[in-house]
Amino acid sequence: MQQAQASSVVDTPLFETIGVSKYYGAYRALHDVSFRVADGEFVSIVGPNGAGKTTLVNVVTGLLKPTVGEVRFLDRDIAGVGPVELARRGMSRAFQLVNVFPALTVRETLAVAVASRLRRIANPFRSLSRDRELQADVERVAEVLRLHAKLDSVASTLSQGEKKLLDIASAFALNPTVILLDEPTSGVSTGDKHAIMEVLVTAAKAAGVRAIVQVEHDMDLVARYSHRIVALQEGTVLADMPPDQFFADPAMISAVVGTRPPTVRRAS
Amino acid sequence: MSEQSLDLSLTTPVKRTWPRVKGVWVLIGLIAVMALMPLVASPYALLLLVPFIGYAIALFGFNLLFGTTGLLSFGHALFLGVGAYTASTLTSKFGILSFELIVLTSAVVSALVAVIIGVLCVRYTRIFFGMLTLAFGMLFHSFLFKFYSVTGGDQGMRVLRPLLLGMEWRGGKTAFLTGPFYYYVLALLALLGVAMWRITQSPFGLHLKAIRENAGKAAYVGVQIFRMRLAAFVISAVYGGIGGTILAVTTGLADPELAYWTHSGNLVFMAVLGGSGTFIGPAVGALAFVLLQDFVMAITQYWRFVMGGVLVLLVIFLPQGLSGAVEMLWSRKGGDK
Repeated sequence: MQQAQASSVVDTPLFETIGVSKYYGAYRALHDVSFRVADGEFVSIVGPNGAGKTTLVNVVTGLLKPTVGEVRFLDRDIAGVGPVELARRGMSRAFQLVNVFPALTVRETLAVAVASRLRRIANPFRSLSRDRELQADVERVAEVLRLHAKLDSVASTLSQGEKKLLDIASAFALNPTVILLDEPTSGVSTGDKHAIMEVLVTAAKAAGVRAIVQVEHDMDLVARYSHRIVALQEGTVLADMPPDQFFADPAMISAVVGTRPPTVRRAS
Repeated sequence: MSEQSLDLSLTTPVKRTWPRVKGVWVLIGLIAVMALMPLVASPYALLLLVPFIGYAIALFGFNLLFGTTGLLSFGHALFLGVGAYTASTLTSKFGILSFELIVLTSAVVSALVAVIIGVLCVRYTRIFFGMLTLAFGMLFHSFLFKFYSVTGGDQGMRVLRPLLLGMEWRGGKTAFLTGPFYYYVLALLALLGVAMWRITQSPFGLHLKAIRENAGKAAYVGVQIFRMRLAAFVISAVYGGIGGTILAVTTGLADPELAYWTHSGNLVFMAVLGGSGTFIGPAVGALAFVLLQDFVMAITQYWRFVMGGVLVLLVIFLPQGLSGAVEMLWSRKGGDK
């Protein structure tokens, strides 16, 4: 996670978009967006509201088909393959809004993802509770994301921060190569934000996740955790640079984010 | 599991799911009590319990779709009709009397019909799914009603008395239905009930629940929404078909009313009455419905009015149904200790 820097970006990327555009009638949500994510990178996508961040994540995760362009993951075109196939190929996603299975417990929620990965669905009479491999894996993921104490709690009874963690945990339960996070910390308190990001980065290392791409508004978090920032404005890429460089340019910040530069420097 | 998480499970509303975990034991208890009924109950009461068994099987299927997967079908009586007409066609037209063969054929035919209808219906959810299933139910009813030469129209088709395990019963009709047939279908209920329990407790069942809870998220954790919904639809149709076969043998008639939309409405009523949120709820609802209908019909000709009133009161005061109410009482009692 840490060693990734500009040099490795030149190598074969783990994941890239090539000239992606997305139009809704005359409205241009994305125009000619190209960016790459290399092995070990943590990339943040930033930009004002309406810049196309969520559209980009939706295109990248196969929810939307780009009007033009290609999305390549592990050297294969994945544009519009759909979420199930995407999960199978090793890309998983956590959502901007709290997105849980309200009546399922944490254990069940994680088991949904683990059962897909371990292909436990074909036989409808197979026992879930007596599947040791599956249950052990559920507990491993819960442990890594610090939800172990909540395994038997119903998702709707969790705190906002825990729900976010649970959403992220189900993305991790797929053992993904790349994780895409759409504002992983939106709607949670500042204290919880840092806690979630810490858990997330540690978990990614432990789980062998090779890259993280996040959409994030909180510049403090962006500065602290990203290796690279991709700034969007009106659907186009305005900048693609390391955070030091990005935050050193006040014009860039006011254009893209509209806030003052943060004082906190990136960790490590 | 750590002790910490055990502690948590005592303080959260998780406890309320306790009776659900034991759903299969409630079923086994019910089957055991019913197995003893012929020793104590009147033939009249037993004659009510046979259709109940048919409905209970159909409702187990219905609730896999409704309670587990979150798809409310308003046309599920179609499959009861398919089962009934399969039984009548085999017995009166082809002279096939083996009940095992009839049940098996009903299951296969229902599954085939369900694949065709399901492919068209399960792409939609909520009211759209409900309306489409309703439309297919009405289409099938019209077919039964109008194609006189094939289906007997409003007269229906006779269902001859089947052979159970290849054996012929020479006694009277009531003795057949309350004796060997009763035990046979009770065994079928036990078998299909336990099978359904396994389905709801499997990773397969968990994926269905995930679809019910949040289909959008489910897709991102690898749940194959369309395929799973279709599978649930087909399984529920198989249960419906077998239930319909039992109903038709009981009355000796495959009647187009079996597939009529009001009959689909009755299935929904039963599920709501018993509580779709629990495993055993819909079966309890079927029992309550059959007994209630019999009771109300005996005292007034305006029985539909009374049943409608019951439904209104139920939705307002017991939205979780009878089993939900019992569960609530249970957890309240547990909390007082």
